[in-house]
Amino acid sequence: MESKRASFEGALEALGVTVSTTTKSELEAAVTEAVTEPAVGIALDETVGDEAVSLTETPVTVDPTPVALREAATGVTGAELGVGDYGSLVLSMTETASELVSLFVERHVAILHEDDIKPDMDAAVAELDERFTETNGSAIIATGPSATADMGALVKGAHGAKEVHVIIVEEGA
Amino acid sequence: MATADELRELMRTEGAAIAENTQGFNAGRYDSVGDLEDYEALKQAARSIKEDAIAELPDLLDQLTETIEANGGTVYIADDAADANEYIRNVVDDRAADRVVKSKSMTSEEIEVNDALEADGVDVVETDLGEWVLQVADEAPSHIVAPAIHKSRESIAELFNERFDPDEPLETAEELTHFAREKLGEQIINAEVGLTGANFIAADTGTMALVTSEGNARKTVAATDTHVAVAGVEKVIPTVADLHPFIELIGRSGTGQDITSYVSLLTPPVDTPVVDFTDDETPLSEFDSDRDFHLVLIDNGRLDMRDDEHLRETLYCIRCSACSNSCANFQSVGGHAFGGETYSGGIATGWEAGIEGLDVAEEFNDLCTGCTRCVNACPVGIDIPWINTVVRDRINRGKDTPGDWLVDGLTPDEEDDGAPLQKRFFGNFETVAKLGSATAPVSNWLADTGVSRQVMERVLGIDPRRDLPAFERETLVDWAAARDSQVDDPERRAVLYPDLYTNHVQVERGKAAVKVLESLGVDVVVPPAPSSGRAPLSQGMVATATDHAERVTEALEPYTADGRDVVVIEPSDHAMFTREYERLLDESAFTDIAENSYEVFEYVFGLLDNGASIEALSTVAGAEIAYHSHCQQRTLGLEAHTVAVLEECGYDVVTSDVECCGMAGSFGYKSDYYELSMDVGDRLRTQLRDDGVQNRPVVASGTSCLEQIDALLERQPRHPIELLAT
Ligand code: SF4
Repeated sequence: MESKRASFEGALEALGVTVSTTTKSELEAAVTEAVTEPAVGIALDETVGDEAVSLTETPVTVDPTPVALREAATGVTGAELGVGDYGSLVLSMTETASELVSLFVERHVAILHEDDIKPDMDAAVAELDERFTETNGSAIIATGPSATADMGALVKGAHGAKEVHVIIVEEGA
Repeated sequence: MATADELRELMRTEGAAIAENTQGFNAGRYDSVGDLEDYEALKQAARSIKEDAIAELPDLLDQLTETIEANGGTVYIADDAADANEYIRNVVDDRAADRVVKSKSMTSEEIEVNDALEADGVDVVETDLGEWVLQVADEAPSHIVAPAIHKSRESIAELFNERFDPDEPLETAEELTHFAREKLGEQIINAEVGLTGANFIAADTGTMALVTSEGNARKTVAATDTHVAVAGVEKVIPTVADLHPFIELIGRSGTGQDITSYVSLLTPPVDTPVVDFTDDETPLSEFDSDRDFHLVLIDNGRLDMRDDEHLRETLYCIRCSACSNSCANFQSVGGHAFGGETYSGGIATGWEAGIEGLDVAEEFNDLCTGCTRCVNACPVGIDIPWINTVVRDRINRGKDTPGDWLVDGLTPDEEDDGAPLQKRFFGNFETVAKLGSATAPVSNWLADTGVSRQVMERVLGIDPRRDLPAFERETLVDWAAARDSQVDDPERRAVLYPDLYTNHVQVERGKAAVKVLESLGVDVVVPPAPSSGRAPLSQGMVATATDHAERVTEALEPYTADGRDVVVIEPSDHAMFTREYERLLDESAFTDIAENSYEVFEYVFGLLDNGASIEALSTVAGAEIAYHSHCQQRTLGLEAHTVAVLEECGYDVVTSDVECCGMAGSFGYKSDYYELSMDVGDRLRTQLRDDGVQNRPVVASGTSCLEQIDALLERQPRHPIELLAT
């Protein structure tokens, strides 16, 4: 358990992705700290799977308008899975536009439940295979910020997010 | 075929950027795959998924069509480019779209869909930053993964400043990227149709994988309501689970990234709402996700390739670009020379031969020298050099037989339809060498006269700047026949294969090898034997090479049957026996020679490992040496043996790590390629002149490498076996 978490955090660090850890009860404070305003987000009960969690006490505008999305600096969404050996996040594509909120912003803050960290890519793909077979779903395996080397040097922040922050929600306490 | 002038011009204008980027990718690949514990197992898995998928392709296509239609999408299987374009134009027309935004897709380049749509008045915008640079510059891609690899930051800045006249001139990569992001961002949210490729498509769920780093493919799909994905029929794999090895391998093999920023796994139509980006009242979730999806699968020659025993493997290609980045020639000239209509790099020969035809493949096929450095790099284990050889053979057979006196005298080959004269000359170098030794030293003086060099250049295209090999009057076989074995009670018995160069030109290294083996208790014979067939094979003369292979095995069979090991000095011939002969001989003949053959240092290593004493060899106390291994030897994993033996003999060894010396058999002799060959060689020269290396004596295993190093450096190189003889 500890080891896949440790390898996940190590991989995130190597990617330049910042991490904070919190518990369910402290999540709103962690989100507030992680965002740069203006911030938008999607309702978390969709993704963390726990209705007790909300973003009411944060500066995040949940379910924004398209214009508010374009003006936002930060987008807050959940992540379905983490991939231990790569530091990847599996992002879903919901009807509430999680894809847009994680993509059309400079800073993406992803909230991930500790239990959803898979040890490696093999396990993550196996899990997605199962889910897709049941639901015809879609997902993005996102690893670090968007990047390009097309302009003569490596630059972070091409079309997608320039910064990624992961909030790991721990069980209990 | 690119002329010497065209190659020179490309090296001058694009060479520096190409070299820096491809070598960076290539080095990144070594690092990145080195971190993978189960690299070989992943490659095996990837290979077998592709093998099975292509074998089952018609069924998979049926299954995929059914799945996608059940998901609410449409599948169209297009026979060729025109068919595909007509379908796509209708989709765009039905949607009444003014703008189509595209993410990077080689297949869309193949069918030239941009031209077709633009002819209808549709604005087509490339959103991959590299592709967009090329669209603005009106240039063709020079690399299958990083299309604008030939352009420097400075030239992109100049282009943008001129074309867009920004308030502040753009300069840094950050500024250029930011500018492009803003400009393209506006265009993406105002487009109706998003056109993407697909790296893989799973038949079981209809899920497609898009491998990108910029996020433009995600935006292209999310911001438009009509998604058209264009892919070759070969992209279908059975299940989502099968994606696993490819996800781990594709980025590492190509640009050396462990994984690209985004791997989109889309089962279209996706649930993301289609929003109006100018709306500031309606929350995102209240827009519905009314989306259309069209998958256009393109045949365009692929199903015929599937039926072609030799081109079939091409369809396993996942377009990772490892075969481009690991190719010494590609590192110098890039895809504008080493490429056809759409595809570039080693595997482009297969793609272009299958899709466009032999005439297009012919334009660049000779740039593959058969060094095999791409073979281990290819994540799906395609024998890329073999595809190049087969295509070269087919091109040769399409030519008229040249009627020239030289052909009959110097080129007694098995090619019914005849290769061009230059290819036949190099392909039959054995005849030249025999004649050369028989008439040495007269032949050497003759070859060096101005008149004969002019004739050679005019008739055979042999570059006058190259020194020609000097033939020895006494061949190694003659020398060995005239002496008795020095070993009374042998530990092992061996037959030393007298390769063409050792026998006729570098006879000293052959004598050294015999003495070293005898010192280690091996009884050695050196019987006459035909040349391996490497020379004709590299010219695409497969029938002649096969004839050589058969005669070599016939000549050596009595010795192996008698319990002798086959020891080979020339790495390219050893590679013939243990690798290429599999294509030329029946299974038992191949196994017999392959299993009994050893590269000479591999053999010495084995003898020492089995108890022979290093004291029997000439040893030193820490003498410094620089070693350049041979490309084909490295592919077979046999560089380490030479290094280990030299170290055991007391040498302090520094090794080069360039992919190839640039000579590559006869390649560097050809007038058209002399300068390219020297450009490739320059990278080796740089390493051999590095601090701490510049004064070291140089040893190299391959004949070509020795000749090239001789031309590159003041220091005369030797074969390492000569260091060991007492
Ligand atoms: S042939 Fe192999 S190495 Fe070359 S692009 Fe295709 S998959 Fe990559």
